[in-house]
Amino acid sequence: MNYDFRFSSLLAYRDELVEGVLLTLQLSAATIVIGLVIGVVVAAMRTGAPGPFKAIATVYVETIRNTPLLVQLFIIFFGLPSLGLRFTANEAALLGLSVNLGAYSAEIIRAGIESVRKSQIEAGHALGMNGYQVFRYVILFQALKSIYPALTSQFILLMLMSSIVSTIGANELFHQASFIDSRTFRSFEVYSAITLIYLCLTLVFRSVFLGIYWSVFVRRPAR
Amino acid sequence: MIREFGSEDILFLLLATRWTILLTLASALIGGTIALVVAVLRIVPLRPANWLAIGYINLVQGTPVLGQLFIFFFGFSVFGWSVGAWTAAVTAFSIYASAYLAEIWRGGLQSVPKTQWESSAALGLTYLQRLRYIIVPQAVRINIPPTVGFIVQLIKNTSLASVIGFVELSRAGQMLNNATFAPMSIYLTVAAIYFVICYSLSNVSQRLERRIHVAR
Amino acid sequence: MSLVNLEAVHKRFGEFEVLSNINLSVSEGEIVAIIGRSGSGKSTLLRCINGLEPVQQGRITVDGTEVTAANADLNNLRQRVGMVFQSYNLFPHLSVERNVTLALKVVRKTPYAEARDIAHEVITKVGLADKFGAYPDELSGGQQQRVAIARSLAMGPKVMLFDEITSALDPELVGEVLRVLEALAADGMTMLLVTHEMKFAKTVGNRTVFMHEGRIHEEGDSRETLEHPRTPELTGFLDAVLH
Ligand SMILES: Nc1ncnc2c1ncn2[C@@H]1O[C@H](COP(=O)(O)OP(=O)(O)OP(=O)(O)O)[C@@H](O)[C@H]1O
Ligand SMILES: [Mg+2]
Repeated sequence: MNYDFRFSSLLAYRDELVEGVLLTLQLSAATIVIGLVIGVVVAAMRTGAPGPFKAIATVYVETIRNTPLLVQLFIIFFGLPSLGLRFTANEAALLGLSVNLGAYSAEIIRAGIESVRKSQIEAGHALGMNGYQVFRYVILFQALKSIYPALTSQFILLMLMSSIVSTIGANELFHQASFIDSRTFRSFEVYSAITLIYLCLTLVFRSVFLGIYWSVFVRRPAR
Repeated sequence: MIREFGSEDILFLLLATRWTILLTLASALIGGTIALVVAVLRIVPLRPANWLAIGYINLVQGTPVLGQLFIFFFGFSVFGWSVGAWTAAVTAFSIYASAYLAEIWRGGLQSVPKTQWESSAALGLTYLQRLRYIIVPQAVRINIPPTVGFIVQLIKNTSLASVIGFVELSRAGQMLNNATFAPMSIYLTVAAIYFVICYSLSNVSQRLERRIHVAR
Repeated sequence: MSLVNLEAVHKRFGEFEVLSNINLSVSEGEIVAIIGRSGSGKSTLLRCINGLEPVQQGRITVDGTEVTAANADLNNLRQRVGMVFQSYNLFPHLSVERNVTLALKVVRKTPYAEARDIAHEVITKVGLADKFGAYPDELSGGQQQRVAIARSLAMGPKVMLFDEITSALDPELVGEVLRVLEALAADGMTMLLVTHEMKFAKTVGNRTVFMHEGRIHEEGDSRETLEHPRTPELTGFLDAVLH
């Protein structure tokens, strides 16, 4: 093997890489917020709403979960303009990722709500709590705790999948790779380095999520 | 030259779908074989083997498929091998599938009760015999639904092979789009084809899951 | 005047009539034991009284509130009706103290200090003053059930409903829970309790109601009813549980 590895040539592009990391973090954070809101609403529609709403929610979840994100992005970015809906690449990316995460998190949240035993809900009602109070004080915490691992894994997956939006030219870490590649022609080094940066991001996400889990859900020894 | 999106285009997409399916099958088979080894390494009572397997799984699951795809696409030429998009894609998706399948199957293997290990050990079976004759057969049933579920993920992810120029369903859609410029109808058709395949498989997975739950 | 009153109550699940023509009136301070075979409708009867189950026909009033009215304020009613379940149903994510103070705070809007004092009082009453900060999974079944009783007591109920609250407990833990009930009885609490503890029904209960196939098949003074059953069904039932 006589390939001459030149990772050092990437160092000149530190700023681009840092910018890419920040953009990916921003995009992921915004997607998580919007996706969670969609997820909660859709999960509520699937568990508690009357027929038509339930049907709409089910169609949404199944459609998104059974088609590739790439094609969803193409439809939003290339298809919708023919209906007069025009988005910038970044807007299309945020929209596509949020709609995608919304469907997956709706399923996770629904499972969480259903995992809280009916007897817990009854115990709340028997104490005179109304539906909202039972949800807020009895169900919410228990459901969140039970779905936390699945939900945060989904967030990490989302962060990794956000690389796909580079295909429509949205600005984030993976997009920086093609830029640096076009300047340096060191494709292998560029994509290896970028992939390793994603690995680091995964580790950071995991530690943060674990930290949150410990501080919120793990019970302190008796006071 | 711009023309209308017509029925011959749908045929074109359906023909390209063969490549999506082929890529999925090849990756699932090769990936599954690797996964079997990784899953066993993950559970054998030998720390270094466990660490190796954990490291491998975390490495693959902690990086984007798109990155893996580019690394293999450009990586082969680093070693002086010139390979096409097909080989790069099959390699990348096999590696990707192997990590996820290994993790799924590990869960299945570990869900077999400890007493099964103990009682087969009491019969004088060696570790590998216990695994081969007692544990794996019991784990297979539990593992089938999540494995089918993962195949759905794999099918969707093979759409990414389009970015390295491999012509499967998504890439075929892009090509048609350049010729006809009817993006909405083309990509909706592409999505519909994916949906039919993935939704049927998802349903199979759910039905199997339910049957196993009832049986237990 | 009666505190709990049921008139010609019918309750169906689909086609299946679980309660048919139930008439029952419980006065203040009375202790009514409800006995009967599995599936005879005992739990359903209790659940109808605090509105957890709707009824198809008849009238139920509790403490002057008509439970069966279309516009009944059930949440308000349930503050005056305590209910304790067979499976405790403590909130696993809350400490003993917060299990007890939760409804006071969110339903009754009681100030924290006051809620805490009430919690102290009721938890001490059930003999768990040392478990204030413990979590449900750190307690035995008997202790959890006593916390569940304290949780209901904290709301200051007029009447309490107990659904086989000792059935899930190991035999050696039954006594500690029954002693709490005896203390409540001594305080003059109005109680309806579904139980399989015939001795307890006889000594503590003023009245015993025997349910059979969704009807009140026999009822009367506890001692009298349990010692001299008038119907073959009750005789058969007592033979089955006592041997
Ligand atoms: N939600 C429900 N839907 C349909 N049928 C029900 C429901 N709840 C109870 N039943 C039926 O109503 C009947 C009475 O049930 P209930 O729980 O009141 O009996 P019980 O006397 O409390 O029995 P046990 O001693 O086993 O607790 C049973 O036949 C039961 O199967
Ligand atoms: Mg019952």
